[in-house]
Order: sequence, then structure tokens, then C-alpha cells
Amino acid sequence: MSVQGPPPIRTEANALNTNGAQQRSGSPHQSMLLRMLFRSAVRRRGRVVTALSAMVVAAAVTTAVLNLYADVQAKLGTEFRSYGANIIVVAKEGMPLPADALQVVESALEGRGIAVPFAYVVARTSDGHSVVVAGTDFDRIRRLDRWWKVSAWPATSGEVLVGRRAAAVVNPQSGHFELSFQGHAIKLTSAGFLETGAGEDSRIYMPLGDFVKWTGVQPSTIEVAATGSTKEISAVLRKLEDALPTADVRPVRQIVEGEANVLNKTRATLLAASVLIILTAALCVLATLTGWVFDRRRDFAIMKALGASQRLINGFFATQAAAMGVAGALLGFAVGIGVASWIGRVNFHAPVTPRFVVLPLVLAGSVVVALLAAVLPIGLLRRVQPANILRGE
Amino acid sequence: MFFRMVYESFRRQKRRKLLAGVAVTLGVAVATAMIGVATDIGDKISRELRSYGANLVVTPQEDTVDVEIGGVNLKPPSDGAFLNEADLPKIKEIFWRNNIVGFAPMLPVNVKVGGPSDTKVVTLLGTYFSKRLKSGTQEFVTGVRITNPWWKVQGSWPDDNSNEVLLGERLAAKLHRRPGDRIDVNGRELRIAGILSTGSNEDEGIVAPLAVAQQIVGKPGAVRRIYVSALTKPEDAFARRDPKSLSPADLERWSCSPYAQSIAYQLQGAIPHSRAEQIRQVAQNEGTVLSRIKGLMLLLTVAALFASALAVSAAMATAIFERRHEVGLMKALGADNATVASLFFAEATLLAILGGLIGFAGGALLARKIGLAVFASEITIQPVLLPVILAIAVAVTFAGSAAAILRAVRFDPVFALRGEA
Repeated sequence: MSVQGPPPIRTEANALNTNGAQQRSGSPHQSMLLRMLFRSAVRRRGRVVTALSAMVVAAAVTTAVLNLYADVQAKLGTEFRSYGANIIVVAKEGMPLPADALQVVESALEGRGIAVPFAYVVARTSDGHSVVVAGTDFDRIRRLDRWWKVSAWPATSGEVLVGRRAAAVVNPQSGHFELSFQGHAIKLTSAGFLETGAGEDSRIYMPLGDFVKWTGVQPSTIEVAATGSTKEISAVLRKLEDALPTADVRPVRQIVEGEANVLNKTRATLLAASVLIILTAALCVLATLTGWVFDRRRDFAIMKALGASQRLINGFFATQAAAMGVAGALLGFAVGIGVASWIGRVNFHAPVTPRFVVLPLVLAGSVVVALLAAVLPIGLLRRVQPANILRGE
Repeated sequence: MFFRMVYESFRRQKRRKLLAGVAVTLGVAVATAMIGVATDIGDKISRELRSYGANLVVTPQEDTVDVEIGGVNLKPPSDGAFLNEADLPKIKEIFWRNNIVGFAPMLPVNVKVGGPSDTKVVTLLGTYFSKRLKSGTQEFVTGVRITNPWWKVQGSWPDDNSNEVLLGERLAAKLHRRPGDRIDVNGRELRIAGILSTGSNEDEGIVAPLAVAQQIVGKPGAVRRIYVSALTKPEDAFARRDPKSLSPADLERWSCSPYAQSIAYQLQGAIPHSRAEQIRQVAQNEGTVLSRIKGLMLLLTVAALFASALAVSAAMATAIFERRHEVGLMKALGADNATVASLFFAEATLLAILGGLIGFAGGALLARKIGLAVFASEITIQPVLLPVILAIAVAVTFAGSAAAILRAVRFDPVFALRGEA
């Protein structure tokens, strides 16, 4: 196929290869160039669509991958919060936590995390065994420590959770048992059993309100699960240190370092994968566009034979390639955002937020690859005599 | 004649073949590397998740309640039951021994530290740091340095057979001690090898070799609990079933999956009078994180395969489109469509196999590099993957060329030869 298509319907349309050069010798190249660009896009829809779809697919894949890469930290960060508290606030020896400590922690978190207060005492059972009783907020703990295996959560005041090991001491089979602390006895009902495989198994958990009324002991520990990047978490840590000078604020190193380790490894793998995928997408565009330009070497030869300068020809192909790059990038960006949010829903059960920072990157990348794909074959064709091309060699 | 044409086409049109060949090679390399990374990522990440510490704990069967607040044990240390240190190597003899990354025995003891004027009661934790143990002919090293990688020591780690200890950083600050100093523990002079920072209760205490703690409590060979760090399979409904209620066939299937539960069950059988259970905070959450990362890599692999298939198709289509002339000539000389098409398909197959082989090798190398760079351990590509990858390469190359070949074959040879194609 060449620019010489079917017989012209309007003489104007055929201007390029008949008498266009003479007729329009006086007019500026600008309008000619635009005209050529437009006609070539309309006349050779098939080839343009093929090349454009390659660009769209490549830009879509790139957008999706970049979006995921940018979002994976936040997405996995949420998953990692199911490991529980990453900051712990403990009263310093001999000093209680301030009464408003929980409010202070909450305001430092700004809604990005959970804080759970804990108060502990050692109580005695009716037959003289010691057992640790903890007062806490069950609604918060259900969100913080999602790994707790609980047969039934306490619903009303006076109901408690009995740790698997503690059950042996208090014998709650009948459902009721008695504990005493500093001479104050209390009757409790066991709502369910708790199993964690750690220290919690040896304790009895009761609602904080009941606990304070019974023992008069205020919370001494606040466990905090702050969400966000490592930087954001250390910022929360510093804020808490400043706000609570009488308390020890420390990160739970086991959780913080484990998370950082896994996250860094995942991000590095993702980065390697993204680079590979983006390279392949660029390769795909390069292959298609090179074919597209080679395919048009007769146009190239005709233009040259009609006296077009090398600059005009370069400009012609480069502009077409760039236009295709821009169109492909914009369409691909829209598709890619869709793909990324689909992956987010399927894999993380939460949509990936579209990042428009990615757009200029994709746009610039597409245009550069498209220009490269256009310029390379022109460089090769340049040395060939137009006559040879027109003769079909 | 057919083979000669294929051969000559490769010999004479080196540039065109090279372009298409490069596309196939790169596409296959990317696909191979991604498949390699994706198949191995579960194993790699599950090893990284071990940095969260032990996911199983073994305690004496008749263990009683711990009375412990903020790491301070309020119960006499000689109370309760103990496990026997001599049973520890049995952990490495269970069916899932290769999934056991490490274990650390623990024996907490309450001790008095400091001079006669100001004594302080703190917890001394006896454990293994990196102890060399033998089970059968197999030798291995285990201890807290493997199970608790977040423990940081300023100074040096003590030797497991020495009288050296680690001092928790908070306790060290209170007592003004530095590595190399001596500390009086229950009347014994112990040398401080290093200052320990864990971000948890150990910061307020002392960590010593297991034998030192056993001497203090006067019970040689005693261990209070054992923390085991094992590679496990995420829990599913089948994993949660009670092994006692399973039929023999199901029990075998259950035992042959490395669930935290089945490893715990085997540990319990291996160590007399013990009870093994999962530490739910660590064990339960591994599964979710692991499945998210695996899912992400799977989707990315699909994207990579798609992109490389597209790249290969595009390159092949371009290569064939350039050769309409030849098609015209062949047809003018009397070749029928089938002959022309089979010639192109033969070339495509050859190209796919050549590019596929080189690409496979390159992809394997790439996967290895990624594994070494990210996880500091190799990702090996199974050779079984080679025929699969080659088949995919041939199929994709075929699919990519098909449309272009059909178009080239249908074209009127007269137009093609006049150069009006």
C-alpha cells in the first residue's frame, strides 16, 4: 500500500503525489505537514490501529505495574498490621500513666491505628493460687489482636475471658468463679476461653471498667498499632515520646524489623519484575513501530523524490510517532489504572488508588520509545536511493 | 528444496532474522525469569517471614500458669514441670525436620544482681545462642541468633559453653555496666560479653547460656519451654481439623502437609511429656501476608507473559510483512499457498526454538541474579520448565506470524512484484 490509493474523489486529496509540490510551493511547510499527518492517519487506519494498540497495551501494563509498585507498601502495610502492636507505651517504674494517656495516644495517631489500654494485677483464686488478671477494652482488642482464638467474647459486664492455661487454676467449668485482690472479692462469669500460644494463655481478661472498679488499678500499658511507612511510624513514636514524658515509649522491634525486612524484599522483587515487564512492553512498541515505518518506505521515497528535505521527512515521521505515543500513553494510562485497581481488589480486597504521578512518566516513556522506533529505521532508509525503493527493491 | 530455502533465508537475511530473533529471545528470557521468580517467591518470602521469630512453642504437658507481668515472673522458678534438654535434638528427627529453621530452649530464672548494698531481682533467661548440636549423623547450629534475628548485641555474643552473659540494655543503663565488665548474679561472678537490645522484656534482664541458668536453679538438663521456628504452609480448613478425629488416610495427608498444626503434633510426639502449639500471633498472620505476595507475583507474571507474547508477535508480524516481495515471487514461480505458508511457519518454528533456547538460558541467569540480589539465595529454574517454555515460545511465534503470513499469502503476486503491496 502506498499513498497512491484509489482514484481521487477530490483533486485536493491527491495533491501529495500529483501536482502538490508545484501548487503549494509558495505555502509554508507547516500546513502541508499537518495535512499529510492527518491524511495518513485517516487513510491507513489499519496500520495505525495496530501500532496504536501495541502502544496502548504497553502503556497500560506499565501504568498498572508502576501503580502497584507505588501502592504495595501501603497495601502490604495494612496486612502487616494484623501482626498487632508495633509500639508499646509502658508506665515508668513507680509512675502511673497519666489519666488521659489513651486520649493523648489517640490524638497522636490521628485515626491511623489502634491503641489498646491494659492494666494488670495478680489476684488470688478461692483455693489460694495466683493468677494474672488483665483489664482491657474488648472492642479494641478484637481489632488489634486478630489472631486471638476466642470461643466467645464477653458481652456484658461481669463476664471475662479465661486463658487456656489459667482455666486449670480457676476451674470455670461451672461458668462462675471468685477472685480476690487485696481483700476485695469479685464474682465473675466466664464467657469464653482464649488461646494464643503465648503469655495471654495464663491470664484472665476482663472489661477495663469492671477491673478499675474492683482493683482501683489504672492501665499501665498501652499497645499501639500505628499504620504507615517506617518513617511515619517513627514520627508517631517521637510524637508519643514528647507527649508522654512520664512513660516509656518503645517500638516492638520483633514486629517493626520483621515487617521492614519482608516489605523491602517484596518491593525489590516487584521492582525487578516491573523493570522486566516495562522493558518488554517497550520492546513490543519498538517492534511494532519499526515495522510501521519500514512499511511506509515508499511514502518516504516518494517524498524524497518530490524534493522533500530530510528534515521534513524526519519531522513527518517523528511527529506521527510522537502523536501515537501521546495517544497510546493516555489511553493506556486509563486502561492501566483500571487493571491496577482490579488487581488491588482481587489480591488485596481494596482498590489501588490511581497515582497521577505515573502519568508524566508513562507519557514521556511512550514518546521517547515511539521516537526511537521511528528514527532508527529512517536512519537506515536514509542511505537508500529513493529510486531503488520505488522500484520495489 | 524446502530446507534449502529455509537455510538460505536464514543465511541471507541476517538482519531481519536477527531483529525477530532478538525479540523472541528477550521475550522468552523475561517469561522464564518471571516464572522462576514467581514459583520460588513463596518459599523465599516464607523464609523472610521467619524474621518474625518462632511460630511454635513446646511446653511441658502439665505446665501450670505463668504469673508474669511485664516480663517479671512472680512465681518461684523451681515450680512447675520442665522439659529435658537431652530431648532437644529429637526436634531435628521429625518428618518435617527440613522445615525446622531453628529452635531455642528457654529457662527463665529470677536472680539477684548487684552488690550487697543494692540488690535487684531480675529475670535471667538461659538459652542457646548458636549451639552446635548433633542428631544422628547430622550436625546443626541453633539458638536465638537464628530464631530471634531482631536481637541486637553491642559487644559480642557469648559462647554457649562459657560463663559469659548478655545484659539487657535497660538493666545495663541502670547498673552502669558495659561489655567486658563483671556482674554479680546470685553470688556468682559472670562476665558481660555484650549489651542486648530486643525492644521487649529481655531488655530489663540478663540472657545467659542455658547451662548457667540450670546451675543457678539447681536443675541440670531442665528447660522450661522451647521456641521453634518452622517453615509452614498457610492454614486452611483441613489444617484446623483435629488429628484424632481423622481417618488414617486423611491423617496421613494431614501429617504430610507442613501446617503449623501438623508440625506441632509431630513435635509433641517427639518430645516426651510435652505440649506443642502454634504461637498464633506469628503463625496465623504468615498465611495472609504470604498469599498476598504470591498473588501479586502471579498477576505480575501473567502481565509479563502477556507483554512478552505481544512483543514476540509484533516482531514476527513485522518480519513477515517485510517479505511480501518474496511471497509474490514464489507464487509467480508456481508455489501454492500451503507451500508458502509452511515455509514461513518452518522459519518461525526454527526462530522460536533458537530464541527460546538462548532466552531460557538468559532467563535462568536473570532469575538467579534477582534471587541473589534480593534474597541472597539462588532461584533455580527447574529444567522441566524448558519444554514448556519452548512450546509457549513456538505457539506465540506461530500466533504472531499467522495473521501476517495469511495476509502475505493472499496478496496478489502481481501487485507484490510491482512493489505496490
